[in-house]
Amino acid sequence: MTLARDQVAHVAMLARLGLSDEELERYREQLDAILAHVDRLQRVDTSGVGETAQVGGLVNAWREDVRGECLPVEAALANAPKRRRDHFEVGAIQE
Amino acid sequence: MSHPTVADLGASLRRGETSPAELAAASRSALESLASLNPVLRYTDELAERQAARAARTLAESPDTAGPLCGVPFAYKDVLCVEGVETTAGSRILQGYVPPYTGTALGRLLDAGAVPVAVTNCDEFAMGSSNENSAFGPVGNPWDPSRVPGGSSGGSAAVVAAGAVPFSLGTDTGGSIRQPASFCGVAGFKPTYGRVSRYGLIAFASSLDQIGPFARSVDDVAQVFTAIAGHDPRDSTSSPTAVEPVEEQLGRGVEGMRLGVPHEYLAEGLEPGVRTAVESALAELEKLGATLEEVSLPSTSAALSTYYIIAPAECSANLARMDGVRFGLHVDRPSLTDTYLATRGQGFGPEVKRRIMLGTYALSSGYYDAYYRKAQKVRTLIAEEFDRAFERVDALVCPTSPIVAFPKGARSDPLSMYLCDVLTLPVNLAGLPGISVPCGLSEGLAVGLQVIGPRFQDARVLRVAHAYEQATGWHAEQPPAPPAASAIPR
Amino acid sequence: MTTTSAVSTLEQVVERYEPVIGLEVHGQLLTASKMFCGCSADYIGSPPNSNTCPVCLGLPGVLPVINRVAVEYTVRTALALNCEIPEHSKFDRKNYFYPDLPKGYQISQWDMPFSRNGHLTFLVDGEEVRCGITRVHLEEDTGTLQHAGDILQQARSSVVDLNRAGVPLMEIVGEPDLRSSEQAREYLVRLRQILVYIGVNDGNLEQGSFRCDANISLRRRGETELGVKVEVKNMNSFRAVQRALDFEIVRQGRLLDQGETIAQETRGWVEAKGATISQRSKEYAHDYRYFPEPDLPPLHLGADFVERVRAGLPELPQQLVERLQREHGLSAYDAAIITAEREDARAFEALVAAGVPAKAAANWLMGEVARLSRESRTPLHRSGLGVDGLAALITLVEQGSINGSTAKDLLDELYLPGGDPAAVVRERGLAQVSDQAELERLVDAVIAENPAAVADFRGGKEQALQRLVGGVMKATRGRADARVVTGLLRERLVP
Repeated sequence: MTLARDQVAHVAMLARLGLSDEELERYREQLDAILAHVDRLQRVDTSGVGETAQVGGLVNAWREDVRGECLPVEAALANAPKRRRDHFEVGAIQE
Repeated sequence: MSHPTVADLGASLRRGETSPAELAAASRSALESLASLNPVLRYTDELAERQAARAARTLAESPDTAGPLCGVPFAYKDVLCVEGVETTAGSRILQGYVPPYTGTALGRLLDAGAVPVAVTNCDEFAMGSSNENSAFGPVGNPWDPSRVPGGSSGGSAAVVAAGAVPFSLGTDTGGSIRQPASFCGVAGFKPTYGRVSRYGLIAFASSLDQIGPFARSVDDVAQVFTAIAGHDPRDSTSSPTAVEPVEEQLGRGVEGMRLGVPHEYLAEGLEPGVRTAVESALAELEKLGATLEEVSLPSTSAALSTYYIIAPAECSANLARMDGVRFGLHVDRPSLTDTYLATRGQGFGPEVKRRIMLGTYALSSGYYDAYYRKAQKVRTLIAEEFDRAFERVDALVCPTSPIVAFPKGARSDPLSMYLCDVLTLPVNLAGLPGISVPCGLSEGLAVGLQVIGPRFQDARVLRVAHAYEQATGWHAEQPPAPPAASAIPR
Repeated sequence: MTTTSAVSTLEQVVERYEPVIGLEVHGQLLTASKMFCGCSADYIGSPPNSNTCPVCLGLPGVLPVINRVAVEYTVRTALALNCEIPEHSKFDRKNYFYPDLPKGYQISQWDMPFSRNGHLTFLVDGEEVRCGITRVHLEEDTGTLQHAGDILQQARSSVVDLNRAGVPLMEIVGEPDLRSSEQAREYLVRLRQILVYIGVNDGNLEQGSFRCDANISLRRRGETELGVKVEVKNMNSFRAVQRALDFEIVRQGRLLDQGETIAQETRGWVEAKGATISQRSKEYAHDYRYFPEPDLPPLHLGADFVERVRAGLPELPQQLVERLQREHGLSAYDAAIITAEREDARAFEALVAAGVPAKAAANWLMGEVARLSRESRTPLHRSGLGVDGLAALITLVEQGSINGSTAKDLLDELYLPGGDPAAVVRERGLAQVSDQAELERLVDAVIAENPAAVADFRGGKEQALQRLVGGVMKATRGRADARVVTGLLRERLVP
């Protein structure tokens, strides 16, 4: 299995990771090698086997519909890199 | 033994020989002298001062309510949130981030009167097996500073091994407590998945992560575990079942116990020095009255592949919140998309990016069934194999790591680094409790013995480890040329 | 392919093509707290970012915890829509990047939702229509964005408010069984009515607690294959839904007539232009990469849970309409109007329980009260007079203590501020003059004083009678019973 460059570029975009051309190639090689190893999963016979999404065996973990405390606005915004008054600010959403 | 335990320090405090503030100061200065190993990212002086004062009050006014950890200094891994203390997960992307809340496990330690002195270095977002992936520099092994302490909780292991604090907190997703414990010659325990709340732990892989202690004795490990374990309504994956009391289990020894040795874990790939040390340990356990029997876990060879689909898949989603909008690094660009790309491209290190991409790929359209879904099925097989083994034996014993601490830079190929965890990550996939305790030296470097138990048999695992430890005394071994001063003032 | 006139009308288009419409409704649940944390679900009017906590801010290290009542409300809705409730369900992560989505994923439901396979019946021009419900599931709402200059496509910056992030949001997906914009509208009216009736949603389209998106395609009449589907968003009222769908039908019909293919895309309704505009942008295609939410154990909703929710299901509008006809003899038409809003139906039943005859209760509610409620923007249950006061007022009329006209005046006066109608009548002496002897005396007096009118009436002019009635009303300052007076006059004047 060879991972193509455009596949890596697509995945990087899905994950919003900005990569240089050099990085793109470097990761392509490394991911290719890792996937080659991971592909041995395909040899394992899993017919009739269910999926384990969680090992806990728990079900129906929920809470009552009760109001708790909110953070003060200042605390909510304290780590904001870009702030406009009491809002978080972002750049142009559509080009 | 010049490296005091929690019990030693507790006794000292109660006899009035020292105070929480004094212990904290001694730890701090011991940590500072370790600077060349780079295990500490920042000191928590204000918090330490407050906690020390609080502990002193408790010890003076109501000593009967003071637990064993009251006034005892410790360090914790940079992935655990404490209100008002910078927490960066070893990453540039969280530089300057100050959480407005305290996580549950750390909160319980604070309520118990323990005194946090420092935040320890770790692999970025807990991804790594050598602590070479930190954005803030690698950590050195106290046994040989040119070698790695293991990872991802390398800093937490190193500071305990060097005697600067009696215990520390780390986290384990694929071996990140047990493997550094093995490399650094200390005890490191990963509780059953769901035994300790993950609320406040910066998530790497949600179905695999657990918080656990490092200490120089199983007794101390047990004290810390008891303080942090138990249901938390804020963590829906935390178990509502009561925590089995550990103390009473500890001294019972292994006489009559059946211990399984997984054939696949001692097959190939072990360094000779590791094999020798572990085989001696197994012989020792037999001398102590346990019956050893070989078991087989055939899916072991598929465990690495399984882990390196599931963990990256979960982390790719868990790390999506690092987007430069509400906290952390923000690389400004006119467009939002470019901000995302630049912030995450520059803020995450290479290993983190690799895993995010691996995970995104495994979940992406057209690949989900072949990768993620398939891995979840193999995970079932792995867990069932452990269950079947535990029908015949009470616990499993084996090496923690096939190798001892390697030189920094020796494993630059990602896959070769992943192979460090082959003996630890199956335990996370099955959600079992596992501990590593020192069982010897190989050319002057520590070797770890791993004990694995069925889910919620944390006490049983600690009991086996404690029996071995008490009979052999490897935990008293200290790094040959420790730069650290003792934590008890003379 | 024939080329017809480029200005085909809606009627012409639907002659040739059959619209196929499926609606997706998102409704915020009326819980006290958010879906996965304890912040308030009632965020409207809160100052920006004042209704947040580490969990709904998506800070590192936090974990979600399911709101049990949100699950109950969703199952309640599913039952009201005749859905099946599978025993096993779970939440999943839906992954994408957007500034109003703090975690970079939304906790939603993908392949194991709480319910499936239901249906909704409603009336269009008196005919019953049935639309399938594909599923009802539960997820969390996003925060809100404000764009500089208010136009997303041109904004150089935007600001984020996370007060709404994490509010429980129920998604109701309808089958593409609708065939016209009228059907779509009536489907929404009925669905909204049901959600309000069962107490899970407040039905407020303007504030965005009830939102609707549509999928619409066209196919030649007689064909069974589906055409290209277009998604239409940003319709903020039922009228907008109807207009937007009609616009799309015409737009697509004209394109098809010209042999063009329909682009599969998302289009936004722009009220000011009366048109849908393509929202295609350089946005990369979403691959949501759904996977099971590892932070939340799955759900097992057994038969006793479902039966408990079913037992707690309030009466549905259709059941109420039938019952009101059965128990109170209301016409189907009146019953439909009275039950359109749940509060009106409640008021009706409260009035009847207080002794008001059903027909009178219905008439007052549909007439004077509806008018006052509209004019004052205050529904009866929030007026000062309230149902109790109204009951007392109508009873006074029914007992003959006051006449209809006095009652209307009193209603106008007391509606907002409130008051005790009987006391006011006593204090101001507004009681109807009903003493037979007194009325006869007044009637005789008016006849004596108005010979011209009497002559006109006897000469065949009905209007003249009204002048005489008016005379008695004036003499009694409006407190006579007009019907009785009219009767007495006729008796006296017609030999």
